[in-house]
Amino acid sequence: MSILNIFFLVAAIGVSGYFLGRARAKNVSGGDLSKLHSLPGYAGAYVFLWATIPSVLFLAAWLMAAPFMLENTVRTGFPQTEQDTSENNQNLSMGMVRSLAGGLREFSVDERLGLPKIFEEIGPKLNERGIVLGSNGQDFMIDAAYTLIALQDKSRFWLTVIAITTSFIGAVWALSRIAIRLRARNQVETIILAGLIAASSIAVLSTIGIFLSMVAESGRFFASVPPMEFLFGTVWDPRFAAADNPGATGQFGLIPLLAGTIYIALVAMIVAVPIGLFAAIYMAEYASSRTRAIVKPLLEVLAGIPTIVYGFFALVTVGPLLRDISAQIAGIATGDGASFIQAQSVLTAGLVMGVMLIPFVSSLSDDVITQVPASMREGSLGLGATRSETMVRVLLPAALPGIVGALLLTGSRAIGETMIVVLAAGVAARLTLNPFEPMTTVTVKIVNQLTGDLEFTSPQTLVAFALGMTLFFITLGLNVYALYIVRKYREQYE
Amino acid sequence: MQMNTKFKPLENVPLNADPSPRAISICAEKVNVFYGEKQALFDIDLNVGANEVTSLIGPSGCGKSTFLRCMNRMNDTIDTCRVSGKITLDGEDIYSRDIDVVELRARVGMVFQKPNPFPKSIFENVAYGPRIHGLAHTKTDLERIVVTSLQKAGLFEEVKDRLQQPGTSLSGGQQQRLCIARAIAVQPEVILMDEPCSALDPIATAIVEELIDELRQNYTIVIVTHSMQQAARVSQQTAFFHLGNLVETGPTEKIFTTPDDPRTESYITGRIG
Ligand SMILES: Nc1ncnc2c1ncn2[C@@H]1O[C@H](COP(=O)(O)OP(=O)(O)OP(=O)(O)O)[C@@H](O)[C@H]1O
Ligand SMILES: [Mg+2]
Repeated sequence: MSILNIFFLVAAIGVSGYFLGRARAKNVSGGDLSKLHSLPGYAGAYVFLWATIPSVLFLAAWLMAAPFMLENTVRTGFPQTEQDTSENNQNLSMGMVRSLAGGLREFSVDERLGLPKIFEEIGPKLNERGIVLGSNGQDFMIDAAYTLIALQDKSRFWLTVIAITTSFIGAVWALSRIAIRLRARNQVETIILAGLIAASSIAVLSTIGIFLSMVAESGRFFASVPPMEFLFGTVWDPRFAAADNPGATGQFGLIPLLAGTIYIALVAMIVAVPIGLFAAIYMAEYASSRTRAIVKPLLEVLAGIPTIVYGFFALVTVGPLLRDISAQIAGIATGDGASFIQAQSVLTAGLVMGVMLIPFVSSLSDDVITQVPASMREGSLGLGATRSETMVRVLLPAALPGIVGALLLTGSRAIGETMIVVLAAGVAARLTLNPFEPMTTVTVKIVNQLTGDLEFTSPQTLVAFALGMTLFFITLGLNVYALYIVRKYREQYE
Repeated sequence: MQMNTKFKPLENVPLNADPSPRAISICAEKVNVFYGEKQALFDIDLNVGANEVTSLIGPSGCGKSTFLRCMNRMNDTIDTCRVSGKITLDGEDIYSRDIDVVELRARVGMVFQKPNPFPKSIFENVAYGPRIHGLAHTKTDLERIVVTSLQKAGLFEEVKDRLQQPGTSLSGGQQQRLCIARAIAVQPEVILMDEPCSALDPIATAIVEELIDELRQNYTIVIVTHSMQQAARVSQQTAFFHLGNLVETGPTEKIFTTPDDPRTESYITGRIG
């Protein structure tokens, strides 16, 4: 029976168990449900869980372990000449056996009897059914493939029997336990709790996993480039190893990238925060509910535009526009028409990224502001405060933790943004204070270092992990700082 | 009634110039209130006398709070709420176009049904109104206003050592008195109170009732209450609402002894509501 079918059968046993359990609980209650410790639905769920969970756990364990065990058995059956070869070679042979077995499964049991036992002869037969094998097979593999098929069939048979029996026994056992005082409700609750814990541990564990892998790879990077050189170096010039220059190491100075990242994010935040906050205040306090119903979704659409679109908007429209304007200004001021703003510049990237961030700031802050209890607002208005006084003195302070959170989220996005920067500020790692010149950011360089066919062996590629770590710590720092601010504020007011 | 007295704009009469502002009267004519499609008040005609305490009584949901909130246009803050009819404050139509709502609310203070102190310190809560309206010129002025307001609300003794603690850390009854102090600190001319004592113990209630009696010398007061005894104790006039209608109004004594309407009688004797 196929895995999917087993699964459905177990589920079917579970569902019937649910109905039987419910019915039985109603039955034992003698019609008076209030006598039951747990309502019939819980008794049903109790039976369902007993029927499915052990069986599915068993199924999962078997499916994970079985392939290894079966293939090991097959391997021990390999002829001595094969056993003497290297581990790698045996793995390859096993792979051939696996695909042979897969191919043979295309034939019915009777047809298989008529198939030749010589590798050169069986190949064309399989080809007829659309299965293509490598040419380096040996005859013993055919026997091994038949063994594997037999083992697999046996394994599947017992898997089916055991899974379904487990499910059945679970259901019957749970059904037999149903009684007036059975605490089915608490047990179901425990299972739900376990499920929830599992879900959140996956989130936490994957964070830890990502972090650890970054630590390990960065460690390899720092083995060839000293951390001090990376952290405080002012030149970014990783020089890819080339044929004429095989041992090239290059310079991996973080400072130009970090400066670019912070500079561009800063310009973006200077654009986004005031505009976004004012828009949020307008929407939360002044706009009629009809305006709000139109404006808010529109702003959220703005948030849904892919950043690459903003990127070419910057490249095609904003950048040239700024350049031309600056040329005109220069023309008027000095008479020579040289533009002082380059088309790709910190300013272009910052402006466009700022526009991209406005909806984040406004939408999140608007949510937070409208969540401040209406009674605060009424209290202030009732004392004869104007709406803006109410906003500044009561609503914003009360909403501050949430607003800080919103700004933080926005800041993290600004730091992590890549596409806009590539197109609007370029990829040149430069160190400058002039916002009218190109700069680039950490994320852009990560992409840069990892584009193409690469192996993670040279510092040129491993540096990506070090850069990733840097970003990780910057956002972590931002988070901690925001927490600190929020806590300080809380102490004052609550 | 002073229906025809000329309305004097507040700018000419600084709020703190006269510590005992002249009390004024409120007059409602054919007031209808709708929440969306649903009508909450039907043709209310009510005169609130100057230097009087008027109590609004009636079963839950009959529109007492709604009517109270009409008198300082607090209902404007509810999107779906529409008010028609005429309400005059000292002869001036408060729903006319050229009235300044913000100024109106400074003249007609309000204590809400649920205590709603700001998440600020006790001191800042009371100082909020005076600060906004520039009632205090110096820091000592401000402190004086805060202290007297707290004293009048009967809260000062309990909080004098912790004025810098958050207002939200007080008990429910203390919070309500803080809100009363906050309202009087603005020195309004009319004070609207929506069940100010519903969260208070008998002692605090007695303090607030005393306060109301005292305030009556200088202010006009409208109070919503569910306590018949309280209405009888503090008010001169009583208005009985039922299902959005003003059933009966008159001198408190008369309403509680010889009401005209059988519904009023059933309510005060505890048969409906
Ligand atoms: N914001 C609102 N939106 C819609 N309907 C409302 C709103 N506020 C009040 N109402 C309705 O208006 C009617 C009157 O409500 P109101 O709050 O004035 O009653 P109340 O007399 O103060 O009652 P209580 O004694 O319980 O405070 C009620 O039917 C209520 O459902
Ligand atoms: Mg009410």
